[in-house]
Amino acid sequence: MDALILSRFQFALNMSFHILFPTITIALGWFLFYFKLRSNISKHPVWMRIYRFWVRVYALSFALGVVSGVTMSFQFGTNWPGFMEKAGNVAGPLLGYEVLTAFFLEATFLGIMLFGIRKVPNWLHTTATLIVAIGTTVSAFWILALDSWMQTPQGHEVVDGIVYARNWFEIIFSPSFPYRFTHMLLASGLTASFLIAGLSAYRIYKGDSKMAPKIALKTATYTAAVLIPLQILAGDMHGLNTLEHQPQKIAAMEGLWETSNRVPLLFFAYPNENDRENRYEISIPLAASLILTHSAEGEIKGLNEFEEHPPVAPVFYSFRVMVSVGLLMLFTAWQGAYFLMRYGKLPPWLLKVFMGMSFSGWVATLAGWYVTEIGRQPYIVTGVLRTEDAVTGLPAGNVVLSFTLYALLYAVLLVAYMRTLTLMCRRSIEIEEITTEEREMAKASKMSRANIRSN
Amino acid sequence: MPFESLSAQTLGDIYIGLLGLAVLLYAILDGYDLGVGVLLPPREEKFRDDMIASIGPYWDANETWLVLAVGLLLFAFPQAHSQVLQTLYIPATFMLLGLILRGVSFDFRAKVAQVKKRRWDLSFKYGSLLTCLAQGYMLGIYVTGLRTDLWAQCFALLAALGVTAAYVFIGSCWLILKAENQLQEKAFYWARRGLIALAVGIIAVSIANLTLHDTVRALWLSQPWGYFLMAIPIASFTLLILCGIALKRLPEAGGKWEWLPFTIAIMVFVLSFSALGISYYPFVIPGKLTIMAALSDGNSLRFLLVGTAVVVPLILAYTFMVYRIFAGKSEKLSYY
Repeated sequence: MDALILSRFQFALNMSFHILFPTITIALGWFLFYFKLRSNISKHPVWMRIYRFWVRVYALSFALGVVSGVTMSFQFGTNWPGFMEKAGNVAGPLLGYEVLTAFFLEATFLGIMLFGIRKVPNWLHTTATLIVAIGTTVSAFWILALDSWMQTPQGHEVVDGIVYARNWFEIIFSPSFPYRFTHMLLASGLTASFLIAGLSAYRIYKGDSKMAPKIALKTATYTAAVLIPLQILAGDMHGLNTLEHQPQKIAAMEGLWETSNRVPLLFFAYPNENDRENRYEISIPLAASLILTHSAEGEIKGLNEFEEHPPVAPVFYSFRVMVSVGLLMLFTAWQGAYFLMRYGKLPPWLLKVFMGMSFSGWVATLAGWYVTEIGRQPYIVTGVLRTEDAVTGLPAGNVVLSFTLYALLYAVLLVAYMRTLTLMCRRSIEIEEITTEEREMAKASKMSRANIRSN
Repeated sequence: MPFESLSAQTLGDIYIGLLGLAVLLYAILDGYDLGVGVLLPPREEKFRDDMIASIGPYWDANETWLVLAVGLLLFAFPQAHSQVLQTLYIPATFMLLGLILRGVSFDFRAKVAQVKKRRWDLSFKYGSLLTCLAQGYMLGIYVTGLRTDLWAQCFALLAALGVTAAYVFIGSCWLILKAENQLQEKAFYWARRGLIALAVGIIAVSIANLTLHDTVRALWLSQPWGYFLMAIPIASFTLLILCGIALKRLPEAGGKWEWLPFTIAIMVFVLSFSALGISYYPFVIPGKLTIMAALSDGNSLRFLLVGTAVVVPLILAYTFMVYRIFAGKSEKLSYY
């Protein structure tokens, strides 16, 4: 194995590990802000209980995101020096703005959010929570601006193989950016919702009869029920945008070899790149043409049309994983919302389904990223810079060593993360949350009486 | 585009200045919390809790300066960045592993069962130590101009110990400021040890440094720069001696002047760093690659400078605010 393939594995490993945590924290920050606001308005202690539980999850996820993010920032130089030497004039300022406008903001106000509750006035603590949420979102903005530019570059000029920035507005708001950014924010919303719902369902299932998990479950289920159709819509629009700018990616996603009209939608197939055909197809006639061109006669370009196209199988399968998990989320969230509205609680079997879906957001997000990132190959910047021209000249042995160490460490951390979340749930089941004083406080507040009734 | 009037030369100076500022702030800020990590006593849990509490609200933001420094190097001097990081691939990997271990242990320790807490504490301690040593080693190789021969390796090992001693010293001075009673006594003890190690380290690194590059030696022996440069080690040692006296007397001073050792540590850091910076200007890799040769495209540099001019003062302002909020002795550890 050479340094190219190893570097690609290592980058894929780092990115896959890293993205898990921002995916949670982007939206969880806004959930926390919501919990804090509800606490300020209603004065009912249960909102602070919820805030406290989830701020711990936030802190842990943030820490894992930060350390793997630092690693990512080093990898650009160590494993992809060609990328920065050739596209650095665009990538550099965007990454620089991320650090300056988002990273410092989150990291600094996180200190106040986690440790400042007794040191600062309540309004400042609430503001700190808001700033952390804004910071994480701004961070996503810059990263997705860069990634979108790499997918659909514009606003630049190439002189002697080096990219020069010409129009920053065009660079930041490249054609795929609005879709990609929306798709990612909604993905984060769903990931956080299903995590909150899943862990809360676990607590209820294990016999936790307190208010906190019930309210959290309700908030998260309703949020997911609203977000998932939006996400399907955003995903569809993102797909149309990709068809316009990166048709070879769509062809790979659909497993379509020959350009044709009346293209069927493949449920399953085994795309074989050597024979350039699919085996074991299960399909719905005309559906792909209908979805992508809004006409059964619509023509879609096949892979054979393109001199270069991404590896088909990983894009094809990842896309199917993403869509299936998305549909599961739709059914689960709507089912949950129905039971909550109708009966005010979930039956045990549905609690179990939610528990099983706790990390479904991770699966869908990762699969989605594989579709979009592998779908860009063999380019790192579409049409401008090939992946193989950006890679390190390091000896492969060095990359083997670092890859092995990262893989081991990440595996340990992932297990530790999930076990710790479970442990935190178990602990909060045991702790008697509501004290007598708090019960009286709750009675005193009209707002919160309404809350209790609704539970 | 604003800053149109700035020449490439000026842009280069501005960016090397910003890079220097980011590295210096990183060394001071993450320096003290790494130092505190290295000092964690494996056997005394109470001390470990209090020590970690003293850096809790800060360490995350401290580490961000490293990300900024790497980002600036990457973006403003891409060639230097890829040369430095490809040569230092292995130590950089170890530094990152150290940073990962320490960053996550900090949070895990609070949330796991009591029996496992000590394990995460140890991973915090040794993660910090690994980070310090790797950074020192990288600094050592960097100042040799990325040499990889035996002498350079020996020098880098010396620098690894020197940087670790420096971090331990500033970390214990931080604890003097933030801790009370028994832990503070312990911090005084650590600071006195750290001071000696640091002083030896500075002398050794200075001497080795003079033998590395002819241009550097010439600069130090020239007039009038030589006088000015000589003033730096003299000032550093005066400060360290002053600090040594302070460390002896302060335990009896009843809480007065506790800020002095930490302030002196910061001043020594600034002085040592300036000496390095002045010696190697106008190189971005000492003796190998100049600022101008490595500088990236002017338009992009100007674009980021707009944001930098607005945002960096803001960052400094809210960082200052956080230090004001958490001023005084650190609170008992509670992670919410």
